[in-house]
Amino acid sequence: MRLRDLRLPRDPRWLQIGFLASFLSVGLSARDFPIWHAPLIFATALATQIAFIRLLDLPDAGLLSPIITSFGLTLLLRTDVVWIPPLAAFLAIASKFVLRIRGRHFFNPANFGLCACMLLTPHAWCSPAQWGEGPLLLLWVLALGCMVAHRAFRSDVSLAFLGSWVVLRAARVLYLGQRAPVLLHQLESGSLLLFTFFMISDPKTTPRGRVARLAFAACVAGLAFALQHVVYARNAIVWALFFTALLTPVLDWSQEAFASKESPCPEPYCWPSRSSA
Amino acid sequence: MSRAILLAVSLVCVAPAAHAFCGFFVGKADAELFNKSSQVALVRDGNRTVLTMSNDYKGPLSEFALVVPVPSVLTRDQIHVGDRKLLERLDAYSSPRLVEYTDPDPCAPVSYLRSAAPMAGAADSMVRERRELAKAMGVTIEAAYTVGEYDIVLLSAKQSEGLEAWLRASGYRIPAHASRALAPYIRQDMKFFVAKVNLKEQRASGFQELRPIQIAYESPRFMLPIRLGMANSDGQQDLIIYTLTRNGRVESSNYQTVRIPSDADVPEFVQQDFGAFYKATFARAWENYDRRAIITEYAWNMGWCDPCAAPPLDAREMRELGVFWLDDASQGTGSQIPGRFRRMAGGIPVTLTRLHVRYDASHFPEDLMFQETGDQQNFQGRYVLHHPFRGPITCGAAEQYQSSLRERRRREATTLASLTGWNDETIRTKMGPDASPASSPQPWWKSLWK
Repeated sequence: MRLRDLRLPRDPRWLQIGFLASFLSVGLSARDFPIWHAPLIFATALATQIAFIRLLDLPDAGLLSPIITSFGLTLLLRTDVVWIPPLAAFLAIASKFVLRIRGRHFFNPANFGLCACMLLTPHAWCSPAQWGEGPLLLLWVLALGCMVAHRAFRSDVSLAFLGSWVVLRAARVLYLGQRAPVLLHQLESGSLLLFTFFMISDPKTTPRGRVARLAFAACVAGLAFALQHVVYARNAIVWALFFTALLTPVLDWSQEAFASKESPCPEPYCWPSRSSA
Repeated sequence: MSRAILLAVSLVCVAPAAHAFCGFFVGKADAELFNKSSQVALVRDGNRTVLTMSNDYKGPLSEFALVVPVPSVLTRDQIHVGDRKLLERLDAYSSPRLVEYTDPDPCAPVSYLRSAAPMAGAADSMVRERRELAKAMGVTIEAAYTVGEYDIVLLSAKQSEGLEAWLRASGYRIPAHASRALAPYIRQDMKFFVAKVNLKEQRASGFQELRPIQIAYESPRFMLPIRLGMANSDGQQDLIIYTLTRNGRVESSNYQTVRIPSDADVPEFVQQDFGAFYKATFARAWENYDRRAIITEYAWNMGWCDPCAAPPLDAREMRELGVFWLDDASQGTGSQIPGRFRRMAGGIPVTLTRLHVRYDASHFPEDLMFQETGDQQNFQGRYVLHHPFRGPITCGAAEQYQSSLRERRRREATTLASLTGWNDETIRTKMGPDASPASSPQPWWKSLWK
């Protein structure tokens, strides 16, 4: 069998789950990583998804989406209290069904669960530097490789965000007279990688039009930069997405009101089953 | 429970030589500067921060100088000279510890606990001239004070080259490329806190060693500048950071923060050389995380400890370190309730985190940024050794006990090897007769029909 005959799974989410699972296994095997969050988060997220689908009598959309949300939460949320992981998972999934404008949810579920818990209690936090730099470098290479190889990772939002973020950080490093290793150190962050490829890229919560999506990504990068270097906020990119998500319905509405009848979500920026929740 | 004795290793025997800490030390002559172990206490709640800087400077006092970037020009009241004992107390309380247990008689098992015991162990014209020189170089002397045995100036600068030139012209020996390290702080509009020893005041004070300098300021940035300290250093430096915060453990937000391997059973001989053991354990953990991680050695509510390497700091000591939020009510819970009951009272609103950083320029390209988490789970670097029962065993359990002892010693040797990286031969030599034979001690069938 030749290499080009090898087929990647049709649903890109399988590839994403594979990547997230390897990310989690790196964390669990080699790093100072708590193991007890994962089952609580996965169980609650799946149960909440099933419950809402039945309660609202929606078509079954499968469980891949809550699994990806659970991975995101497991990898980013830190807590010392046992009830927070299930709460974050419940809020994440519930937000998809409850916080909707014109039939569309606009908060990335994992991002919402994380931010809501950080707002509600001091016992929830993110540890952006917890993966160390060596393994992360490998994961960055892998993620970028996947991006070249498969459309699931080739999102214009991811690229626009990453590009804007790198430019802003590089400009700051140059302005301060620092050296290149400082920039590399700032970019070798696990939360940045997760955020770029698995959070901001979520096609269900980003604006429908391409121009709007690029503007959205640039807004997130700009707001995150301002939060980090003007008000010195922690976890700036996570908060920036949380606040910028409120723009998605506005951008969608303006797109519909003013733009031509462009396809609402041209391939490859749609999930295969857009009817799913 | 078996009887327990506790040994704590003091920082001095753990930390290898270091040259500087968050600021750099600059000399007025080409004398070799040597700063053995640096310790910093960072007390923070909201934006309010109190930084206590202590070092083990052994060179001539006339050549001591310290440069620390600070967020604003500090007034005289924001600067204080503290007591070395405060950091010694923090060190003793939070040091990695060795706990010792003795096996009970296998024939008549009884258990009892013994309490823990610690072992830690210018004239006006000159000023005018300086100011004029400074102005010419784009440096402004914003303030100048004498506090305790230190002469302190607070500088602002427009150009890093100008600041470097001014420091050089003022007689400080500045390491090469210092301006490069200074530039980012100037760009961020930070000021420079420069201290040197006032020999007259120092003699009058009667103190043999330099006392720690404390500064109180408000800043939204929870950080510790370490990059300046690398400018005059060629190798690794060790720094112990004690953070005292209200809500929970502190970790770095831009470097991986890990825990030192803990709660491990180690062979008996470790008691004789706990310092060497811990140095090796720390070095191995640091290597395992690519020399880029910050290692947590202790994180505990300051109200209690279990076991205690030294009693927790009392309310007065914490206040001296800058814990400003302990009002009269919480001082009550902190000092009037006996230590062993504070746990039941939920502790006090102060968490001590002890972070050990071994850094160099290539592995730590940025200053240390921190975040306070809500994590209130306690952690300590703790190692356990078990002494066998050495009395006469007068029942049939002797052989079974000896067999379990051999197995335990084998496990302890393996644990020790994985913690320290020492090879089998070294461990075997140090264990002496306790070491298990290289080959399997007993054929498997020996215990088959018993």
